[in-house]
Amino acid sequence: MTEKKTPFAAATKLAEQTAVILMRGEINQDADAALTATYADAAQMQPATITLDFGGVDYINSTGIALIVGLLAKARAAHIPLTAVGLSDHYREIFTITRLSDFIEIQ
Amino acid sequence: MTTFRGFWRNKTTMEPAATVTAVANTPTTELIPIDLEIASNDPLLAYIQQHPTVFDVTQLKLDSPAVTAMRQVGIRLVVPLVSQGELIGLINLGERMSDQEYSSDDHKLMSDLATQAAPALRIAQLVQQQKLEAIERERIAQELRVARLIQQTLLPQALPALAGWGVSAYYQPARAVGGDFYDFIYFPDGKVGFIVADVTDKGVPAALVMATTRTLLRTAAERLESPGAVLARTNDVLVQEIPPKMFVTCFYAILNPATGHLRYANAGHDVPYHYTNQGVVELRATGMPLGLMPGMGYDEKETTLAPSDYVLLYSDGLVEAHNPAREMFSFTHLQALLATHADGATLHEFLLAELAAFTGPAWEQEDDVTLVTLQREETVNSNQLSVNSEPVEFEIPSGPGNERVAMERVAELVGDWLPAPRLEKLKTAVAEATMNAMEHGNQYDPDKPARLKLFLDETATSTGSVRVASVRVTITDQGGGQPSPAAATPDLAAKLAGEQSPRGWGLFLIKAMVDEMRVHQDDHHHTIELVMHLADQEEA
Repeated sequence: MTEKKTPFAAATKLAEQTAVILMRGEINQDADAALTATYADAAQMQPATITLDFGGVDYINSTGIALIVGLLAKARAAHIPLTAVGLSDHYREIFTITRLSDFIEIQ
Repeated sequence: MTTFRGFWRNKTTMEPAATVTAVANTPTTELIPIDLEIASNDPLLAYIQQHPTVFDVTQLKLDSPAVTAMRQVGIRLVVPLVSQGELIGLINLGERMSDQEYSSDDHKLMSDLATQAAPALRIAQLVQQQKLEAIERERIAQELRVARLIQQTLLPQALPALAGWGVSAYYQPARAVGGDFYDFIYFPDGKVGFIVADVTDKGVPAALVMATTRTLLRTAAERLESPGAVLARTNDVLVQEIPPKMFVTCFYAILNPATGHLRYANAGHDVPYHYTNQGVVELRATGMPLGLMPGMGYDEKETTLAPSDYVLLYSDGLVEAHNPAREMFSFTHLQALLATHADGATLHEFLLAELAAFTGPAWEQEDDVTLVTLQREETVNSNQLSVNSEPVEFEIPSGPGNERVAMERVAELVGDWLPAPRLEKLKTAVAEATMNAMEHGNQYDPDKPARLKLFLDETATSTGSVRVASVRVTITDQGGGQPSPAAATPDLAAKLAGEQSPRGWGLFLIKAMVDEMRVHQDDHHHTIELVMHLADQEEA
């Protein structure tokens, strides 16, 4: 099949008190392991906030939304606020429709 | 020097009277064989090479088994027949019938006779040798004719005629007739099996193994759906019947023409190539050649050919051809060539021209060259959906991630009808609906495709003209018979509290993305219908 798949990849960097999770590719079922591991790295840094950088993400499906819900649940349990940057207008709207934007600050 | 044998004795004469030739053969005499053989390493032969003249065996002091044997059968005088320095025979004489000793005149007479007889004997020997060689050449030619006949009988007489597909085959046997063959197997459900194989050895033995293998493959394919199982079964039977040191490499694939799905297994054959618009991919699957060892397992892999993709099956006669510098054509060269050639219909012509340029005009074909190509044609309705055009329908094989293919195709087809933000919404809805169809309806069975159909719905305006009112997409799976869940709004708070699964967003998203969503189902199918109104965008 010649679909244009972009494998998911994620990395973490700490800027002041904020851990930034840089993501690229597709957030779908295949992103689960990498996203979970990267979030664990970020949480270990004991940041004041975690920023999810969606600048390199070109596709998020409903399974990807579920993964973000899972991250949000972990962050809330650890009392770490989440913010999101780099979302396209379309995915901003999806974050609004799903009410994720009620719990994640969209910048 | 060869062993000398085949001496004869005149039965009517008293012993000894043995000759190799030139024995008077009157009506009252009868030649009977005598048991005399001169080994190639017998010292007698070395002696004769050094002294190629008539000699008396009884006077010869030589530790030679041949001389001893000659004396035992009564040979007295030996006359070497030498032609161009090579010993080609002996005339052996017994005692004189007059009971007198051989005189010096007798010796000279025999020597003169040998001088005359040797060239004549040599010519006779050469004529006989040429006759034998001619018979052998004719035998080989006949064997090649038989082998070619077997091979031609086994090769398919026609190519598969598949709607939406182009299939081509090329077969050029080497002069010595190798063991290549290809075959197509047609299944009742519309699928087609493709076989390319190569039998070691050449000529009739290879042709016979080829015939056996073809029959075994066909028999196994009738009973087994899995290409890997077909190869395993064929191997287990063939290994009992194939001659020692022979084996068969074989690639076997089953194509579903409706979806482009290809399942394949490989018994040690050259790895086929899959041309895609993003590069050329090897279709690797491991497995031992057929006929070597029993109980072998064969990996089974799968891929899907998108429109314009092709797969090339071939034999080693192409990649192992040599140029005058003895360099091989090679797999890497072939793969690089394929990357430059998108048209499967002209692929064979292109490759053969490249092969000819590589090998040069003096090339003598070393092995059979077999090429089989199957190309999925470009979808006819791949352009933008337009007013008055028929609905566009296409299928997506069920597999994780394939929803993006559906999403992009829909965007290509209706992109001109929707502004970018609404097109993004439709894309998300199509992706989610296709994912549901492939996963829940079809259980990701690649032979059960999700079917998408796109419509432009028209309506009459107040002025009496007709305009396009909406874009409509239907997505159908094969999972009918069970009620579809309602598109409930997920409770995010409950999900964050761990009281609900974080999943369950699909239907909610679909409904939120489009203007209308309807669900239809029967006993066999489940269809979701998505509508985007164009009037809404005009008003927006």
